[in-house]
Amino acid sequence: MLSAAEWDAIRISLQVAGSAVAWIIVPGIALAWLMARRDFPGKSALDGLLHLPLVLPPVVVGYLLLLALGRRGVIGQWLDQTFNIQLPFTWQGAAVAAGVMAFPLLVRSVRLSLEAVDTQLEAAASTLGASRWRVFRTITLPLTLPGLLTGAVLAFARALSEFGATITFAANIPGETRTLPLALYTLIQTPGAEGAAARLCILSIAIAMASLMISEWLARRARQRLRGRDDG
Amino acid sequence: MTDRQPKDAGLRLQLDHRPGDFHLQTALDLPAHGVTALFGASGSGKTSLLRLIAGLDRPDSGTLHIGGDCLVDTGNRTFVPPHKRRLGVVFQEARLFPHYRVRGNLTYGMPRPDPERFASIVSLLGIDHLLDRFPATLSGGEARRVAIGRALLSEPRMLLMDEPLTGLDGPRKQELLHFILRLTREIAIPILYVSHDPEELTAIADHLVLMHEGRVLASGPLDDLLMRFDLTAELGGFDAASVIEAEVVGQDVNYGLTLLTLNDGQHLTIPAVDAAVGERLRLRIPVRDVALALAPHSGSSYRNQLQATITDTAVLPDNPTAIEVRLQLGNQSLRARLTRKSFEELALDAGQEVTVLVKTVAFALRR
Repeated sequence: MLSAAEWDAIRISLQVAGSAVAWIIVPGIALAWLMARRDFPGKSALDGLLHLPLVLPPVVVGYLLLLALGRRGVIGQWLDQTFNIQLPFTWQGAAVAAGVMAFPLLVRSVRLSLEAVDTQLEAAASTLGASRWRVFRTITLPLTLPGLLTGAVLAFARALSEFGATITFAANIPGETRTLPLALYTLIQTPGAEGAAARLCILSIAIAMASLMISEWLARRARQRLRGRDDG
Repeated sequence: MTDRQPKDAGLRLQLDHRPGDFHLQTALDLPAHGVTALFGASGSGKTSLLRLIAGLDRPDSGTLHIGGDCLVDTGNRTFVPPHKRRLGVVFQEARLFPHYRVRGNLTYGMPRPDPERFASIVSLLGIDHLLDRFPATLSGGEARRVAIGRALLSEPRMLLMDEPLTGLDGPRKQELLHFILRLTREIAIPILYVSHDPEELTAIADHLVLMHEGRVLASGPLDDLLMRFDLTAELGGFDAASVIEAEVVGQDVNYGLTLLTLNDGQHLTIPAVDAAVGERLRLRIPVRDVALALAPHSGSSYRNQLQATITDTAVLPDNPTAIEVRLQLGNQSLRARLTRKSFEELALDAGQEVTVLVKTVAFALRR
């Protein structure tokens, strides 16, 4: 039903978006916690910086990534020499670009959800002998779960749809970094490929819808569980 | 109940704390046993003090010792975090963890699995049937009981309770009070109990700390403070009461009465209380429900007539038409409030023997 190139695009898209969410989830939670629970100098500057990928042209982000993580970039050089890791023009690089673009959405969602957690429950847990880490693990994090799930799915969907930063940083290499949006872009550039483009278009919609529905279902389950119902 | 020997958990503190424009400045030395009530109007700093003791807030300066342990000393930057203080806290709202079942809430703070202790505390609080429920499905009273159990199971050296009866209706309040009293009898753990309800505190406290605008106004055994004329306004005013102890000697099923004897051998009857012969009860007697007569009366509907001696009297500034009277009843003390007119007509004076007529015994609880 689907051609090998289409399967490739789907596989790379899911792989890139999945990895993107995987690498941003821990720093995302940490930063969201910092923003929700701590006051420190430069907090509003950090908040602005966090939101930058939402408002910058994605090409700018891709270019900045290239500057920083490219083979001659400060971090890129170090990665290359120390671990022999090259990010530009690889699917891992595409995951980095997608992750950076999706990061603000994840942090926002987790932060809102953290701010809604009753800190008095955390205080109660600490009087019961729970260390800070245990309080976070057993009280804060489970109570943040619905927001975390929503944020992760939003980030996943954003990563799936990533185009500008990816094509700038990781290029459009078939079988390596050509995700669904890049494949679609390529087809649109090709005369006479309207039918194939339409197929990819429908595929993109189907994957996006499916991920939103799964997230809604997961979040509902998590909320029911937190409200203390056995069913659900 | 496995009674542990109370360790020396006496609490000694001297704290200075200014959150915003409120100023808490207290020095206290509290006993290592029994129930100490922190009593005062709202805004007097009771809850702030409790939070400082629990380690939920940091004082601006001062020291806090429990038992031999130093928990706070701002002088050498000692601050033991709440999770290392081993103090059980029961908050005003139950604060149960919504995502754990009752069982999970109860075991959350247990330092090690101890099925025996778990079972005994669960049955003491009557929450056996709730173990598999989620907190959202509990009633207010049930949730408070679970919260108390959760705190006790963390094996604290002291239990801090912040108005645990707040927001419960009359019968639920009585029920929970009953459970807390049972606790004080069956578990040897010192309790610091925050309250603004005089009735509650006369039922439960052994020791009383009276707070006013962030300062300690008075601290001492409950009976002593209740007898002080100068604290009348703070301790209930119009509803002031004194507390005496008595032993159950019999039940009159026919009339629905319980017969008591005071420790000087005088008798008292009160509306039936479910208590066995030999049990000790604490009686709360409102000062305005005590009348005095020069000699025993026979033609009176007052059932309870006791012989006592007037110790001293006073007129309080906020109620110049009344005379406050202190009486000696064996080795216990009792207060009465008379109108000045009847006091003068009877020509009463300190040192005089009188007959005490007790109209109501408002409260009778097992000790």
